[in-house]
Amino acid sequence: MADARVIPLHPEDDGGGRAGAGSQGRSAGDGRSAMSGAPGSARERPAARDDSARDAAAGDSGARDDDDGDHGAGGGEDAEEGTDGGPDWHETLADLTAFARRRLLGQYRVDEFGFDRELTERFFLPLLRTVYDNWFRVEAVGLHNVPHDSGALVVANHSGTLPWDALMTTVALHDYHPTGRQLRMLGADVVFGTPLVGALARKTGQTLACNPDAERLLRGGEIVGVWPEGFKGIGKPFRDRYKLQRFGRGGFVSAAMRSGVPIVPCSIVGAEEIYPKIGDIRPLARLLGLPYFPVTPFFPHLGPLGTVPLPSKWYIEFGEPIDTAEHGPEAAEDPMVVFNISDQVRETIQETIYRLLAQRRTVFFG
Amino acid sequence: MVPNVVLVTGVSRFVGAHLAGRLAENSAVGRVLGVDSEHPRRELSRRMGRAEFVRADIRNPLIARIISEAAVDTVVHASSNTDEMPVARAAMKEMNVLGTMRLLAACQESPHVRKLVVKSTSAVYGASSRDPAVFDEEMAPKDLPSSGYAKDAVEVEGYVRGFGRRRPDVDVTLLRFTDLIGPRIDSVLTRYFSLPLVPTVFGHDARLQLLHPEDALAVLRRAALEDLPGVFNVGADGVLMLGQAIRRAGRIPVPIPGTMVSPLAGFFRGANLASLSAEQMRFLNFGRVVDTAKLRDRFGFAPRWTTRQAFDDFVHGRELRPVIDPDVVESAEREINRTITRLR
Repeated sequence: MADARVIPLHPEDDGGGRAGAGSQGRSAGDGRSAMSGAPGSARERPAARDDSARDAAAGDSGARDDDDGDHGAGGGEDAEEGTDGGPDWHETLADLTAFARRRLLGQYRVDEFGFDRELTERFFLPLLRTVYDNWFRVEAVGLHNVPHDSGALVVANHSGTLPWDALMTTVALHDYHPTGRQLRMLGADVVFGTPLVGALARKTGQTLACNPDAERLLRGGEIVGVWPEGFKGIGKPFRDRYKLQRFGRGGFVSAAMRSGVPIVPCSIVGAEEIYPKIGDIRPLARLLGLPYFPVTPFFPHLGPLGTVPLPSKWYIEFGEPIDTAEHGPEAAEDPMVVFNISDQVRETIQETIYRLLAQRRTVFFG
Repeated sequence: MVPNVVLVTGVSRFVGAHLAGRLAENSAVGRVLGVDSEHPRRELSRRMGRAEFVRADIRNPLIARIISEAAVDTVVHASSNTDEMPVARAAMKEMNVLGTMRLLAACQESPHVRKLVVKSTSAVYGASSRDPAVFDEEMAPKDLPSSGYAKDAVEVEGYVRGFGRRRPDVDVTLLRFTDLIGPRIDSVLTRYFSLPLVPTVFGHDARLQLLHPEDALAVLRRAALEDLPGVFNVGADGVLMLGQAIRRAGRIPVPIPGTMVSPLAGFFRGANLASLSAEQMRFLNFGRVVDTAKLRDRFGFAPRWTTRQAFDDFVHGRELRPVIDPDVVESAEREINRTITRLR
C-alpha cells in the first residue's frame, strides 16, 4: 500500500505507473468515503475526508473558491463517479492535471498565516507519510486526548538535531486522529528568516513562536504544536538523550490560558537516536548563522549520506489534557500559576518518556 | 455629525481627488476644499465635482490661512505616505513629514477644526521574519522601519499623536491602509505586477493583503462624515501569496538571490521600469497581514472586495495581457481529459 500514498506534484512526469495515488490525493477536493478509494488499505485514514467535509461546510467563500478552481476541469465529473471501481488511473490523471492547472494559475487559497492546505495535503504529507510508515514505523497512542473540533495546545519534547519529531507528530494527528487535525506548529524566528525553509514552513501551516500568533490560532480552534525546549532540546548532545531541558519562560502556558484551551502533553520516543549528536562545530555554526553544527558518527564526513536519519522505532504518546480554563484568563498574568502548569506539563512528558523507554527493548525494533 | 467645511489634501492623486468628489456629492456637506501643490489631471478634476481646488503647498504657511479663513472643521490628510507615484526620495520625505507637520500646526491653531482624518499605511508595522503573522492596532514591530515611506509614516503618526495630545477636543482618526490595488490606480505595486517577468526574492513568498480603492474611499468618506476616532487597520479579507498573485496575473515569477536584489532594484529604477526600494523588497520577502476586527466592530465597515477579488479586478481592469494565458492552460487540460476519456 505504500505506493498508494505517494502523490506526485507534477503530472507531467507521471506515466500512469503510480495509479493508486488518486485514492489518497483527491481527498482535498471531494468528500467521498475513505475505504472505497483504497479498499486494500491496512489502516483507516478518515482524516482527510473529514477535513474536506469541514471545509465545504466552513462557508460559502470556500465554495466560491472551489468553483474558481474547477471551472476549467472537464474531468471533475468523471472523478466524482468512478469511486466504486477502486483505483483508476484515468481519474487520477484528470485529477492531477486539475491540480497542476490550479497551481499554475494560482487558483488556490491560503489562510492569513500563509497555510496552503491543498499543497500540504497533496504534496508534503504524502512524502512524510512514507517516512512515518516505513522508516520510523511510528506508533501513535492517546490520540483521543486531542480535542476533535476545538483548539488545544500540544506540547512535546524536542530532539533529534533536525525537527523530524515535529513532522511526524503532524502526520500522526492528520492521519490517525479521528477527525484528522492539522497541527499548526510554532517555530523559531531563524526558521522564518531562512530562504526556502521559511517559505516552506509558512506554506505548511507553521508560524512564528510568539503569543499573538499562538493565541490567534488557538482562538480559531486550531491544534497548535509547541516545542518549548527549543534549540536546547533539539540540539542537545547524545549523552543527554531523553533528559528534558528547561521549558523557557512558560509563554505557551499563558497563551493557552488566555485562549481557554487545554494543554495536551506529547511524549516522543525514538527521535533522539536518529542523529546521535556527538559533537558541535561552533565556529562553523556561527559562520552559517545556525544555532549549532552537529557532528554525528556519519555527518559531516559521509556528506549527504550522513543526513539520512537512522531508522529508529518511534512512539508518540498524547497524554491526558491539562485544563487551563479553570484558572481563568487573568491567571495568565500570574507567574506562579504559569510556572506550576509549565512544570506539571514537563513532568508529565518526562515520566511518560521514562515509561515508554522502559517498555522499549531495542532502539531500532521497539 | 456631518462636517460643514472639509479640507482634503493630496487631490492631485487618485485617492484625494476621488474622496473630495465623494464628499462633495453629499449635500449635507457645505464646502469641500481640495488642496495640492499641483493641478489634478483632467480626469481626476472631473471626479471632484463641486469640490473646490485650492492650489497650495501644505508646507507653506498659506495653508494655515486657508484653514482658518474658510472655517474648516474637518481635515482629511490623504496625501501623506503615498507610494502611488514614485518621486525622488528627498522630495517625498519633505512632502510627507514636513508637510504633515505644517498641516498639523495649522490645524492646531484654528479653533474651528474638530476632526482630523489621517491616511496612514500598514507599512508602519514593518516587515520581518521576527514579527507576528498578523498585526493588530496595538502591536509595534520588532524593527522600526528604517527607510522609505514606511519610516515617514512612522514619523507622521508620531506627529499626529502629538497633535491629539495638544488638541484633545479634536477627534483624530488614523487609518492604516494596506496596499491599494485596482484597475485605475497607479502605484509601485501595480507597476510591479505589470512587468512581464516579475522579480521575486529567491526562497521567499510573501503574504499579501490588499485593498480595493473603492473600499479605501468608502472608509475615508465614512471617517470624514462620522465621528469615529481611533486607530484602525484597513485591509481586505483574505491573503494572496506573492507567487500566487503573479500567476493569477499571468506573469512569470523570476526568483533572484537575496544578495542580487539591491543591485537589480537599482538597475530597474535606473531604467525606469519599476521602482522598488529596500523597504518594498523586504515587504516582498515576508509580506504583512493586519487584523481588521476593529474596523468591523468599532468602525462598522466590512470591505466589499476580498484581496483576491481586488487583485482580479486589477488584472481584468488593466487588461494585462497574460504571458501565461489561462485559456491556453485550461484548453490544454480539457485536451488531456478528452484524451483520457477516449482511452478508457
